[in-house]
Amino acid sequence: MASRLMALWDWFDSRMPSVAEEFRKHASEYYAPKNFNFWYFFGALSLVVLVIQFVSGIFLTMNYKPDANLAFGSVEYIMRDVPGGWLIRYIHSTGASAFFAVVYLHMFRGLLYGSYQQPRELVWIFGVLIYLTLMAEAFFGYLLPWGQMSYWGAQVIVNLFATVPFIGPDLALWIRGDYVVGDATLNRFYALHVVAIPLVLLGLVAAHILALHDVGSNNPDGIEIKKKKGPDGHPLDGIPFHPYYTVKDFAGAVVFMAVFCAIMFFVPEMGGYFLEYNNFIPADPLKTPSHIAPVWYFTPYYSILRAVPPISLDWLGIPPTQFPGVMAMGIATLILFFLPWLDRSPVKSIRYRGPLYKWALAIFVVTFVALGYLGVEPVTVWGQSGAWLGNADRATVAARVFTVIYFAFFFLMPWYTAKDETLPVPERVTM
Amino acid sequence: MDKTRRNLIVATAAASGAAGAGVAVPFAWSWWPSERAKAAGAPVEADISNLAPGELAVVEWRGKPVWIMRRTKEMLEAVRKADDKVTDPKSKDSTQPEYAKNENRSIKPEVLVLVGICSHLGCSPQAKTAEAKAEMGADWAGGFLCPCHGSKFDLAGRVYKGAPAPINLEVPPHAYLSEGRLLIGEDKQGA
Repeated sequence: MASRLMALWDWFDSRMPSVAEEFRKHASEYYAPKNFNFWYFFGALSLVVLVIQFVSGIFLTMNYKPDANLAFGSVEYIMRDVPGGWLIRYIHSTGASAFFAVVYLHMFRGLLYGSYQQPRELVWIFGVLIYLTLMAEAFFGYLLPWGQMSYWGAQVIVNLFATVPFIGPDLALWIRGDYVVGDATLNRFYALHVVAIPLVLLGLVAAHILALHDVGSNNPDGIEIKKKKGPDGHPLDGIPFHPYYTVKDFAGAVVFMAVFCAIMFFVPEMGGYFLEYNNFIPADPLKTPSHIAPVWYFTPYYSILRAVPPISLDWLGIPPTQFPGVMAMGIATLILFFLPWLDRSPVKSIRYRGPLYKWALAIFVVTFVALGYLGVEPVTVWGQSGAWLGNADRATVAARVFTVIYFAFFFLMPWYTAKDETLPVPERVTM
Repeated sequence: MDKTRRNLIVATAAASGAAGAGVAVPFAWSWWPSERAKAAGAPVEADISNLAPGELAVVEWRGKPVWIMRRTKEMLEAVRKADDKVTDPKSKDSTQPEYAKNENRSIKPEVLVLVGICSHLGCSPQAKTAEAKAEMGADWAGGFLCPCHGSKFDLAGRVYKGAPAPINLEVPPHAYLSEGRLLIGEDKQGA
């Protein structure tokens, strides 16, 4: 039997040798540093979540109806009447939040160990593109249940485009395909969410991995393992990705799935953070819910948007506009592209950096979480400040401070990374 | 190397590039509102003969809420008093037809017609009467509050200073068909 299977494989391999070649190139003979730690699970885990979202999403489309009159009801139908439908939907909704959770941790790993630095700039740029595409995917998907939060969230985000000077209102009309968010909007968002964006996502993931495998993986020491090769031509500090890291990542995936299932079965709504309560009410174009907030993974940027006051440019004939806030939000995401060139440190890993970068990164993490928290809450959450701050809402003042810190982390980076002391980097990786 | 052959390649590539961009046009074009969506944007009629003083009615026009409010004398006085507290008291930067660009932002002083969509990012504000002082502050004289980002508006839809909304609420084109019948979305028979 075994020899029959081997013969079958030989038959296949002699006709299409590229399958085995690619497997060797990207798995069994791809040498990854042997000192990967906890932070290196999240790349593989985002791939796991991608598969979860594809499979659960495909099965949701089998009962979902992208029609403004039927959408909300079809989601309730999936939840109540389709056998196992509730499970498939909770897999998909938990998967959406899990996707951002692992991607944020994956990006934080990059900041810890300088994984975006030369020669891995392209790996980082494709990664940021994946992140932005993922945001679009999440936004389009959030409209589909056609609940109050879906509707008014989409209304607010589409209106961000309406603030662009001169072409804004027409741009928003073109995106909606109607004078308000309506059936046309729902239908096109469905097409984008289900077909167009997933295709783009797949292409970008392929580019991200190919770019990584061309230059080789970074590691917690930030050392180029290709510089020290053994007599066999393989890096001394490298081990084949398969079987060593496939097995290790499999163990990580098991732990991850345990956490994932615990959330999915016991707290799928996560107290309103993963599935917002107002979204269990059908969309009503005439009535905005009393408190609207985006899902947690968008809130840091939403806080930045709210923190910037409207600005009037009377001398240009431009009436007061919210556009500066929208620009601040856009720059806050686009600045990530420039990270490889903002960082002037001669070392990659935080292990060999000085106190300036360590403090900067710690403050940045606190800032990002604080902005995220403020974005979930109404601006009145901490009450009003005294007259010395113009009676502004305290939360708005705080969001402004954190917004300034957020940008300072990036704009001051060339200065503090160049000035920072560094420790000598060892020749070989440490475990 | 024969340069003329290379020129041919460049020219062919440029022509195919232009053709490729041209192919995108019908797809982008398809995103504009359909004829059906445009037809649904037709004007609507509202009967306001039974609207009591101080009462607010909501009608739907182009899928948006349009508020019609019959303001009392006290409410109009409150509008006068708010002149120095609002960003754009004379509605110079705001959107309204010429016939509503006045101190009450209306054709008839008491009847206010507004698109109930915040000029900030498009949420629908909520009416807050003068009784809501506990929530809105001691000097609140009635008006509207946007639940999304906290913009406050007075009883003429003018935004209070310090709010994220840049301009006043929009007054839609409207006209009186008779004493108690209002046409919203068209103004050619207007006052």
